[in-house]
Amino acid sequence: MILANLPFMPEQASTIAHEIDELYVFTVVLSTVVSLLIVAALIWFMVRYKRRSADEIGHRETAGDWLEITWTVIPAIVFLGLFFWGAKVYFDTYRVPEGADRYYVVGKQWMWKFQHPAGNREINELHVPVGRPIELVITSEDVIHSFFVPAFRTKRDAVPGRYSTAWFEATKTGTYDIFCAEYCGAEHSLMIGKITVMEPADYEAWLVDKLPERTLAASGEELFQEKSCNTCHRADSDARAPILNGIYGSEVALLGGARVTADDNYIRESIINPAGKVVAGYQPIMPTYKGQLTEEEILELMSYIQSLESAGHEGEGAEGTM
Amino acid sequence: MNPGPGQKEQDMSSTAEHQTDAPPDYLNDGYGLRSWLLTTDHKRIAMLYLMSVTIFFMMGSFFAALIRAELVTPEGDLVTPDMYNRLFTMHGVIMVFLFLIPTIPAVFGNFFVPIMIGAKDLAMPRLNLASWYVFNVGAVLILYSIFAGGLDTGWTFYVPYSSSYSATNVVTAAVGIFIAGFASIMTGLNLMVTIHRMRAPGMTWFRLPLFVWANYATSIIILLGTPVVAITILMVGAERMFQLGIFDPAYGGDPILFQHLFWFYSHPAVYIMVLPAMGIQSELMAAFARKRIFGYRYVVYSSLGIAVLGFLVWGHHMYTSGQSAYAAAVFSILTMLVAVPSAVKTFNWTATLYRGSISFQTPMLYALAFMGLFLVGGLTGVMLGTLGIDVHVHDTYFVVAHFHYVMVGVTVSAFMGGLHYWWPKMTGRLYPSFPSKISAILVFLGFNLTFFPQFLLGFMGMPRRYHAYPVEDWQVLNVLSSAGATVLGVGFLLPAVYLTWSLFRGKRAPANPWGAVGLEWDIPSPPTKHNFEEDVVVTHEAYDYDARRDAIAAAAAAKQEADLV
Repeated sequence: MILANLPFMPEQASTIAHEIDELYVFTVVLSTVVSLLIVAALIWFMVRYKRRSADEIGHRETAGDWLEITWTVIPAIVFLGLFFWGAKVYFDTYRVPEGADRYYVVGKQWMWKFQHPAGNREINELHVPVGRPIELVITSEDVIHSFFVPAFRTKRDAVPGRYSTAWFEATKTGTYDIFCAEYCGAEHSLMIGKITVMEPADYEAWLVDKLPERTLAASGEELFQEKSCNTCHRADSDARAPILNGIYGSEVALLGGARVTADDNYIRESIINPAGKVVAGYQPIMPTYKGQLTEEEILELMSYIQSLESAGHEGEGAEGTM
Repeated sequence: MNPGPGQKEQDMSSTAEHQTDAPPDYLNDGYGLRSWLLTTDHKRIAMLYLMSVTIFFMMGSFFAALIRAELVTPEGDLVTPDMYNRLFTMHGVIMVFLFLIPTIPAVFGNFFVPIMIGAKDLAMPRLNLASWYVFNVGAVLILYSIFAGGLDTGWTFYVPYSSSYSATNVVTAAVGIFIAGFASIMTGLNLMVTIHRMRAPGMTWFRLPLFVWANYATSIIILLGTPVVAITILMVGAERMFQLGIFDPAYGGDPILFQHLFWFYSHPAVYIMVLPAMGIQSELMAAFARKRIFGYRYVVYSSLGIAVLGFLVWGHHMYTSGQSAYAAAVFSILTMLVAVPSAVKTFNWTATLYRGSISFQTPMLYALAFMGLFLVGGLTGVMLGTLGIDVHVHDTYFVVAHFHYVMVGVTVSAFMGGLHYWWPKMTGRLYPSFPSKISAILVFLGFNLTFFPQFLLGFMGMPRRYHAYPVEDWQVLNVLSSAGATVLGVGFLLPAVYLTWSLFRGKRAPANPWGAVGLEWDIPSPPTKHNFEEDVVVTHEAYDYDARRDAIAAAAAAKQEADLV
């Protein structure tokens, strides 16, 4: 945390913030040194070789190719070094740690809607525990937004029709700004919110205080029956539709021989456009649910389907994701 | 151009020239509107383009001034959010599509590429004139969409906002950009064919001035890239009208597909703006150090390298879009590679000053400003290409500052440098030196004051395109930025005054006011209609200042001998 108190730097409140800041400060210092060297050379030449008489002509200078090759290769090596460092940091921000809690984020003109695994819903405010990895599954209901928390150095676009994931682990309690970073229309600059980071005990208390009747997965289960998904997708299926237990995150063989991982995006696509990628051994008979489900409802179903995975192993109910 | 009063001496001398049956210069070869609007002379068309782009630059600057005025306070209290969104869109669309992309190839490329290669005109003079009309038709449509209701998509036209949600004139603007793109293609094609086919005997590829090479590399990008963006923007318009389902997921489209198509052109478009500017920079460094550009061949190779690699890096605009981390890594590594040729150019320009004979006339001040601004713009580009940093600063003022350092710091500096360098040749008039130097210094200082604070704001987290900003601590830096914009504005207004003045009252320019080497300096100022009265045969490489030194020495020796006798 040596870089925590530099001027013109936002607060560091996540586990990866210092990694990004170290890389940033290093490149700033390196760039400054290189620039000053070049400017010093320019100024030295300007003073030393200032034109003395109107007729004066410069002296042609040539160097062997070695000079050109040197100043081609050295920057290339430095830049590639930066690439590797930058890629390492990027992969750290990209790869969600095992056991992270899943929160769903839906952007909409002009608000952020959040769903906790416990079922709590919030708008433009998100409460999370300190010291826990938090996974965000982000989408949008309308145009592209971008979920940005400067103090966490976290940013990910909310793209309609697909899920992106981001994660953070807050390192200190407090309240931090959420901004929309992708231009989204008239009130783009008002699409802001706050993340409140709490001690785990306080967070539990807050959750219980506002606890809704059902967890997210339980809402999904109810929806699963309400929309009659269960008439075909049954554990004792008569083979009209694939069994969903344990399907989340597994590899699925498709009609035509391709294989696909049944991740968030595939499951969403299968609900909206079922005929697109049909599982091998089944007929494309599922109707589309496009326009019949809100983004939040799709996420509830997702949460339910994900919970079925653990149901297979533990025999537990929908609360498995908690 | 009619000579103004108070120029009697020069007038008499030019009359004397007429008596020797010298052909009239291109400005006096025909008068009246018709002789301009139907001209096929590349020099006159360049002047027409210069008028058009100057008007668009002033409009774009006016919108920028309003943006900076709004951001002086954190509250959005000057204009409504809708108006603010229209302002930054108009600023971006006009500056990118109607100024930065066409300006250097269509004005200076048009005027000087034929002269620099010893040709009498471009290969296709009528296509050249047509391009100016097509450009203006596109521009009129874009301006129409702006003034009849506005446009609020940002210059990037991201879907589905532009295709389904914006309530503004997206379709008209899209058609305008589509049409203006054709003008770009016509100019690029014309320059490319001209450079291939019209070089004077002896003008081999490696004798070409670097400005010609830069326009050649730029033409490659224009020809390969422009059709892609033209179709992409047109598809946005079509999706708006017919709900086609190309980009909007509500109709089964893919919004990320738009970003791929858009940046496949719009990243190389940065090099359309920057490469010709680098070409001017090479001309200026050579002319004002009176010395062949250092590492000429490597500067050529780096231009071609940029033209090719520039097509492979578009994904670095999409690190946060949710594209796969491996795709992002590939784009990042390629971005690092495209930075290398720019570094090579910088080192060669710097080395050009070594043992030069450096004078600090106005164009050189712009060239030196270019060096400083390009260093900042280029190195912050490397920072943005670095994956770990980009995620945090993407879509913040850091990016805004970076691309202004590149587009304004590089392209506009070079445009101003080129304008001051070639003005005597183009108009036959000299401009006053003192105010032009003041303006160059004001532009440099004002520019840095405007945009440097934006780097800091960006890393602190201020997102771009915010009408009001929620963090009051950001105000000081924003006020600095707006103050800088005022200085910058004065710096740009001064040339408008003294250059206009010089058109009518400026001293007559000699053929070679800078003592520079190049075919354009061997012919009168302004040039005659066909540039060269005799066929040109090139026997020297570009920037052959050694030959100039020998000539001066020979003349001095001859004079000494004459004095002795």
